[in-house]
Amino acid sequence: MGRHKTLEDFRPQIDACVKCGACQAQCAVYKSLKRESTVARGKIAIAAALLDKKGPVDERFVLDMSQCLLCGSCHDKCPNLVPTDEIVLAARREIAERKGLSTFGKVLTGVIKRPKLMDVLAKGGARMEKLIFRKVPQHSGLRLRFPVPFIAADRYLPEMTPKPLRERVPEYIPAQQDNESKPLSAFFTGCMINYTYPQIGEALVKVFRFLDLPLWIPPAQGCCGLPAHAAGDVATVDQLADANVTAFAQRKVDTVITACASCNAGIGKYYRAMGDQYAALGKQAEDVLVFLVRMGLVEKLQALPRVENPTRVTYHDPCHLRTQGITAEPRALLKALPGVEFVEMEGAEHCCGLGGTFSVYHYDTSRTIGARKADGIKSSGAELVASACPGCIMQLQDSINHAGLNKQACHVLELIALDLP
Amino acid sequence: MMLEPRIIRTLEEIVGTDNVTTHPTDMLCYSYDATQQSFLPDVVVFPADTAQISLIVKLANVENVPVFPRGAGSGFSGGSLPISGGIVLATARMDKILEIDEENLVARVQPGVVTEQFQLAVEKLGLFYPPDPASLKFSTLGGNAAECAGGPRCVKYGVTKDYIIGLEVVTPQGDIIRTGGVTMKGVVGYDLTKLMVGSEGTLGIITELIIKLLPLPEAKKTMLIMFDSIDGAAQAVSAIIRGKIIPATLEFMDAATLECVRKGTDLKIPAAAKAVLIVEVDGEAQMLDRQTSRISEIVQPLGVVETRIAATPAQSEELWKMRRSVSASLRNVNPDKFNEDICVPRSKVPDMIRRVDEISQRYAIPIVNFGHAGDGNIHVNIMVDAKQEGQLEKAQAAIKEVFAAALEFGGTMSGEHGVGNTKAPYLSMELDPAAVAYMQTIKHALDPKNILNPGKILLEQPVELD
Repeated sequence: MGRHKTLEDFRPQIDACVKCGACQAQCAVYKSLKRESTVARGKIAIAAALLDKKGPVDERFVLDMSQCLLCGSCHDKCPNLVPTDEIVLAARREIAERKGLSTFGKVLTGVIKRPKLMDVLAKGGARMEKLIFRKVPQHSGLRLRFPVPFIAADRYLPEMTPKPLRERVPEYIPAQQDNESKPLSAFFTGCMINYTYPQIGEALVKVFRFLDLPLWIPPAQGCCGLPAHAAGDVATVDQLADANVTAFAQRKVDTVITACASCNAGIGKYYRAMGDQYAALGKQAEDVLVFLVRMGLVEKLQALPRVENPTRVTYHDPCHLRTQGITAEPRALLKALPGVEFVEMEGAEHCCGLGGTFSVYHYDTSRTIGARKADGIKSSGAELVASACPGCIMQLQDSINHAGLNKQACHVLELIALDLP
Repeated sequence: MMLEPRIIRTLEEIVGTDNVTTHPTDMLCYSYDATQQSFLPDVVVFPADTAQISLIVKLANVENVPVFPRGAGSGFSGGSLPISGGIVLATARMDKILEIDEENLVARVQPGVVTEQFQLAVEKLGLFYPPDPASLKFSTLGGNAAECAGGPRCVKYGVTKDYIIGLEVVTPQGDIIRTGGVTMKGVVGYDLTKLMVGSEGTLGIITELIIKLLPLPEAKKTMLIMFDSIDGAAQAVSAIIRGKIIPATLEFMDAATLECVRKGTDLKIPAAAKAVLIVEVDGEAQMLDRQTSRISEIVQPLGVVETRIAATPAQSEELWKMRRSVSASLRNVNPDKFNEDICVPRSKVPDMIRRVDEISQRYAIPIVNFGHAGDGNIHVNIMVDAKQEGQLEKAQAAIKEVFAAALEFGGTMSGEHGVGNTKAPYLSMELDPAAVAYMQTIKHALDPKNILNPGKILLEQPVELD
């Protein structure tokens, strides 16, 4: 069993909020809704009221705690570094524990009152769900991310591939030369890369072959557990974490790479906080772009012949990398690519608005946030927006489509793979 | 106070049901500001325009319910707090920049526009709105005007009131008036614009602002100078200004602040440094190097330990880090702080700091000073642990002595935070009875039922100070 902090455990951090209001400048949800209960300062007050037995766990509490992207921006810029994202997660665990796991979804369908949802449900959402998720295991975060009955009809969704990544590539790819002396990486694929964006995983394999580095893709791996975390479902988090710890213990590896920023947080940040038996895997987690920079890929890319009419590309910072301070590596790689002219966009560091399940339950707000992102992409003049998280890529494409822009979102790895000989 | 359901219904008719809330969670969320006091309102309304605000205020007069205007709720004197329940009127929805007139260098904005958003918008056009309160990333222009906010750049550029040239205001009885205008000159009638700015929402609700703009300075350059004594730093401030250089900012940190930063961060501060000045000059790029070297010359005899000059924006950011890390570092001293913002004549800064140190020792409470040395505006941070018995009382007594000292040196209790409810009990320390009576006469004449932001600046029942 993992150790998950309770809301009460966060009492000192909750007390550290001095109500200065600085979080208002950071919170994308607040900027869209302009209600104090949506911003960190308000959520902290609401959580404190619950701890002091002055507020209930009721529908309103569920709604308030659901209105968080868990992007960590407020935590970053808080003068007292109050971890509101973690406090919201603890509040969601509290909801699940007191009211049952399904409360979150049930209450929110009631509260958000989106009639279209009900239409989809009536039109046999369950049948659709079966079709879409055929290949996806019961506990995959994808089922939480896309609970079909909730999904807005006009939302862009990537197609589920009939052939997941882990069926497409070998389990172990040794280096052609000096295999034994080279660092071995285990690839944590995550659900989205495995089931919806296998091309990102294939690009990763191509880059590893180019660098002639050994790669192992543990076959028994599963979902990182982040979506379950976001829903307060600790039992599923533990179950998934146990399975992953076992899956990755089969070989001794030097690093566990992720190409999904959310999975990176899922196994990195969260396993580390769950206790010793998970921390070992958590500490090994490394974003693939950071790893590639460390392996000298930037220099190797710079040595390639330049392309004549490079494609103009901008970059979106996934929250789960930005909050770890990983902002330079993806840009360094993009700038080094022979076929890319890199341009910054305004608001690159702002959350895309997906927030995992947030966009499912609060799609309207999510779209407002995404629209601002689309403005930034448009005025940057870029043809492509690259990122390092399939979740962001999905949301960026949705925002681009709704803005009527003729642009595409993709992973940095895909661009690297395109430019390799 | 419980409001009659018909009052809530009427409010809903005015602004729409989605823009009125009485939910206990919302009452909690609109009960506080940066002073960390909490007073529950009865209802929060989110009007969309001036006409709605006028109707709300008229209703409040009929029903005798107080109205508390609120911007971002980031004030340090309790200006937006609903201290007697009633209606919180949040300007969050009125957040549009209505016009930026590049020919006449003025802009028209709604009160809920966030200050930084406005600055970024005008800077894109090569224009400049200088007031820069520390909260500029989240505080609103309406709130800034109501409190007459300041900031580091005010030493050169002046405060909020120097840029507000016209207003649209809903009066305490619900009439809509316009004050001032878009012209730089205008002397017809009383200067109601200046009366409104800094009146903390007690004389009217600002519903539109006309703001004067400047051309954006071409470049700026930052230097950080460490001194071996606070006297050296303070003399440096006077010497720089006597040398006919007015820097855009002249921020200082005292020895106690530096100690906090040393403990709270890994920034390198030599042990010999007892005070730091961060000086920023702006203007034409070619002038700036000459100004910084001139400043270095001027301050050299005053006990300089080290000088760092930023050559790039990134290096400038690095220098500012020391100042920006102060707030978080303070928490290592004690969990709770009272942030007072007294202002004394520039030349009295060392006397004031010495007096504060003496008060700090006598009460055995850590007091940390930093702030805007260029205009003598010192942030006196009284650090206590509110959970320990007797600490709050001690802090209150120390605060009163700090105010008294500021007045003794010819200064004021508040340079930029305003009076609100936190300083209202001390008003008579600074203002003579006739001046208080004059203000009370104005307030009573305009707001006979005391509807708008009651209990702020002027107490309903003056307290006796011993």
